Amino acid sequence: MLKDITLGQFFPGTTVVHRLDPRTKLILTVLYIVLLFIAVSWASYGVVFLFLVCSICLSRIRLKAILSGLKPLVILILITGLLNLFYTRGEHLLFRVWKISVYWEGVRTAVLMALRIMLLITGTLLLTYTTSPIQLTDGLEKLLNPLKKLRVPVHELSMMMSIALRFIPTLIEETDKIMNAQKARGAEFDTGNIFQKAKAMLPLLVPLFISAFRRADELATAMESRCYHGGEGRTKLKVLRMERRDWIALTVGVLLLVLVILLRRLGL
Amino acid sequence: MKIIRTEKLTFRYDAEDKGEPILKSLDLEIEEGTFVAVLGHNGSGKSTLAKHMNGILLPSGGKVWIDGMDTAEEDRLLDIRRTVGMVFQNPDNQIVANVVEDDVAFGPENMGVPSPEIRIRVDEALKDVGMYEYRTHAPHLLSGGQKQRVAIAGIVAMRPRCIVLDEPTAMLDPSGRRDVLETVHRLNREHGITVLLITHHMDECIGADRLIVMSDGQIIADGTPREVFPRVEMLRGSGLDVPATVGLMFELRKAGFDLPLDALSVEECAEALYRVFA
Repeated sequence: MLKDITLGQFFPGTTVVHRLDPRTKLILTVLYIVLLFIAVSWASYGVVFLFLVCSICLSRIRLKAILSGLKPLVILILITGLLNLFYTRGEHLLFRVWKISVYWEGVRTAVLMALRIMLLITGTLLLTYTTSPIQLTDGLEKLLNPLKKLRVPVHELSMMMSIALRFIPTLIEETDKIMNAQKARGAEFDTGNIFQKAKAMLPLLVPLFISAFRRADELATAMESRCYHGGEGRTKLKVLRMERRDWIALTVGVLLLVLVILLRRLGL
Repeated sequence: MKIIRTEKLTFRYDAEDKGEPILKSLDLEIEEGTFVAVLGHNGSGKSTLAKHMNGILLPSGGKVWIDGMDTAEEDRLLDIRRTVGMVFQNPDNQIVANVVEDDVAFGPENMGVPSPEIRIRVDEALKDVGMYEYRTHAPHLLSGGQKQRVAIAGIVAMRPRCIVLDEPTAMLDPSGRRDVLETVHRLNREHGITVLLITHHMDECIGADRLIVMSDGQIIADGTPREVFPRVEMLRGSGLDVPATVGLMFELRKAGFDLPLDALSVEECAEALYRVFA
């Protein structure tokens, strides 16, 4: 069960998408999200979808990986879809059962909303699938660098994020171990209703937290031993550099934005 | 040249504490380039001693000098940590990055080494510990011994003159243990790095130049392994055992056979037995 978590999962590769500067990918992802929220028509959704499909093809990420990333959110998508289906009022009544009436507009909104969420998730998945967490946090640190002038602890935040990501697999492994140890002594995690299940998780969390604190303490000592003293005077093994492909990708992104805004203006 | 020197080093965790200190007035000098093993059972103070070697802990009494620098001087701390690298017991809790080479680069990055130079150091360090092929792997997919070698590479990349290893093999399987020990010995031999190996495994001390035995916050024996291990009764009295080879010789001697007590390696031991019984 715990192994299914794909959060922050990274598939190494050497494709163009992998080699793009993380800053480019971060900016493009933000642009892409903005695009999705500007898009209202089928035509503009088509444009966004096409962009996504092209990026996925370029990145050679397998469809299976993307579907497995979408799987945990099926319920969210369904609920959003259903709510929109029932609560949108319009002119063209499709059918009416008891007090629930479904309009043609409702179907349209429901489908578009579900699509929007799916496209949103797939787009962000593509970012984490093709960018290593280190690159991601490096990119974020560089992008947010101007905020340092406002005393925002940018370096510390990015260091915390990359360490959190680094320890996810370690803590998952640990959780598995604790679960097995407790199962061996008769604990049940898979039976009962949702409240009983939640209650069974409690004795799992206590040892997990204790061990996480111990790890944090040891890690801090190890980091200090390796001369860590904050972001000041720090250099990098891999220096981020914007290449031609980055500028091309950013141009494509901006062009798409213009296109979608135009489509919206034209009412298509 | 003495790279590490302590004078009347005393340590207690709580300054108010009037009880027994964990380290009791230790005087220690370690020659640069030597391989020193520190042996002691749990609670003997050996890990506490290790943590004094790069200023993680500061003495409650007495002094510690690293290459002439007093660890209590805060503005020399980075220089001290650059001189003495430290490897800890649990490899999982000292690896910072998600990719092997990024982790090895962490130390040099902190030291402000220029990027092209970091690349060179990382590659060399990974080759030194035999993990170069794994440089783009994720650390959590490696075995314990491999992770520990990555951790060692992370220290080697800082080009320290001394490496302190605090029970680096305690969580490893036998093959991982062997790999780590071989790596450490090679670093000592080929790069002249001073090694201070903290351990409670007797067998790991056999190859050392010098063996220090600690018990109850004090040094109870100090010499070459060949000098220290034959003192079987003293070692057993302080809750330690001797290597299996020495143990066997000791029992046979008690039974009246004329055998040397300083046959430490299996080969020496076999030879001695052959001479007596054949």
